[in-house]
Amino acid sequence: MMKGNVIKYAQDNVDTDVIIPGQYLKVHDYAELATHAMEGLDPDFHSKVKEGDFILSGKNFGCGSSREHAPIALSHSGVKAVLALSFARIFYRNSVDGAFLLPIEIEQDAYDGISDGDEIAIDVSLNEIKNITKNQTYKMKPFSEIIGKIIAAGGLFKYKPDQD
Amino acid sequence: MNITEKILARGAGKSSVSPDDVVFANVDKVMMHDVSGPGVIKVFDKLKKQGISVDKLWDPTKVWVAEDHFVPSAEKVSAENIVKLSKFTKQYGIEKHFKYGMGQYGICHTISHEEAMVLPGEVYVGGDSHTNTTGALGAFACGLGHTDVAYVLLNGKIWFKVPETYYFKLNGKLPDHVMAKDLILKIIGQIGTDGGAYQTMQFGGSGVDEMSVESRLTLCNMTTEAGAKNGIVEPDQKVVDYLTQRGATNMNLIKGDDDAEYAKMFEFESSEMEPMVAKPFSPENTTVVREAPSVELDKSYIGSCTGAKYEDLVAAASVLKGRKVKIRTEILPAAISIYRRAMEDGLLKIFLDAGVTVGPPTCGACCGAHMGVLAKDEICISTTNRNFPGRMGHVESQTYLSSPLVAAASAVTGKITDPRDL
Repeated sequence: MMKGNVIKYAQDNVDTDVIIPGQYLKVHDYAELATHAMEGLDPDFHSKVKEGDFILSGKNFGCGSSREHAPIALSHSGVKAVLALSFARIFYRNSVDGAFLLPIEIEQDAYDGISDGDEIAIDVSLNEIKNITKNQTYKMKPFSEIIGKIIAAGGLFKYKPDQD
Repeated sequence: MNITEKILARGAGKSSVSPDDVVFANVDKVMMHDVSGPGVIKVFDKLKKQGISVDKLWDPTKVWVAEDHFVPSAEKVSAENIVKLSKFTKQYGIEKHFKYGMGQYGICHTISHEEAMVLPGEVYVGGDSHTNTTGALGAFACGLGHTDVAYVLLNGKIWFKVPETYYFKLNGKLPDHVMAKDLILKIIGQIGTDGGAYQTMQFGGSGVDEMSVESRLTLCNMTTEAGAKNGIVEPDQKVVDYLTQRGATNMNLIKGDDDAEYAKMFEFESSEMEPMVAKPFSPENTTVVREAPSVELDKSYIGSCTGAKYEDLVAAASVLKGRKVKIRTEILPAAISIYRRAMEDGLLKIFLDAGVTVGPPTCGACCGAHMGVLAKDEICISTTNRNFPGRMGHVESQTYLSSPLVAAASAVTGKITDPRDL
């Protein structure tokens, strides 16, 4: 069970160029990358994000480049999960394979029901999201089998496919 | 099975695969560059601390390395990344390292075809989203992040969920003044930036048969902008000839079966296409050039893996010959081999006579990193692949995506211009 507050970006197609602008691709210091997270969309993000927060957004979150800097910058800002109506594929697999954060696919009811600043609790074992602020409950889409196994292992390098 | 399924089945050592199967596929080639390479090095450092051995790679002969994003180095962090990359390739015995300032080098996706680094039928992964480009050679070509590339370097395989295939049947030869870039912008405008998400976009039909290999590379390059796992074209004699000229031998031409299945079919009349642009701030925000807004441009940029191959430069030169540019215009051939041909064939003279600045191969301005980024409120027309906020510089700059013909015509007039109207 993870509990935290939501920072909501009520739009589709939050791309990696705004999550971490191209000028920072040369940076591989994770703490420094965190200071520039979401800079292209929300310059206040770094000052407002807290350890354990979640990001909520619309369709195709993380579209654009393959830069692993994107989940790294969010993760090292304290973000534990991104909840979105859908994800772009490389952001999704980078988040899981590198064990940076959980990419959680939600349905329209959660997207509409959860507001910026709401406190929520996510229980992956039940595929459930509880909105503590509004006393509502939503279903998350379950992880596929391979994704669930890699997450449970703690990332791709700790996952042993031969032991399945 | 279709071509993507056949290549993944071969990679996974299975007689057949179907969409949604999860497979660990053996990788034939893997690429990293001066952004993903240092990212991989960072992953190796983490693994060492966790007690996981990183003493040797699975097969250094299957690894190749490009320097493209931050060359020439604008400041010391980029310079140090290049040093790190060189130490890494030396330590692990990677011989195919295309270095800035030492003969052939260029944008990784351009090197992939210019140097025949990837062959038909191969499973090819790279630490860059536009790895999809190389599917035009009939390979399964897919972009990955640092962790996944590090995994491939050590294990020689990686997991894939077998994608569904969307088949784009393109009918007829493109008209004069219309390029593959116009066609792929038209397609993305129709299906959207998640219209191919997680799936394969395969191109076929008489429109593709008629097309040069380089035009097919443009199509596959921008499948990334529709969210696709890979773009692909079944290889034909043109691909064999193209790669043979570049030193390739022993090609394994895999094609789909006659009864191959495709999840969706799309049909486009390529013979009726018109010049297109994608307006800010998304590649799906497309319109025909003749209906584009009448904005005053500040810059025209002809560069990148998408729009600075040899035929792209030939197209730009056909417009710029005997004309002068009205706005700041930069042309950056995507690899030194292309730069050389442009010199030998007189294109550089045409560009310089027109007032263009010709620069070295780099991803610099395309990703807003260096080498000509945009100021606040500046408006650029560009042969690159993305125009998200801040992509090419200031977050309040604007980029219109176009073909090299449209970018060159617009350079001459200072407004977004259909080359047919010059």
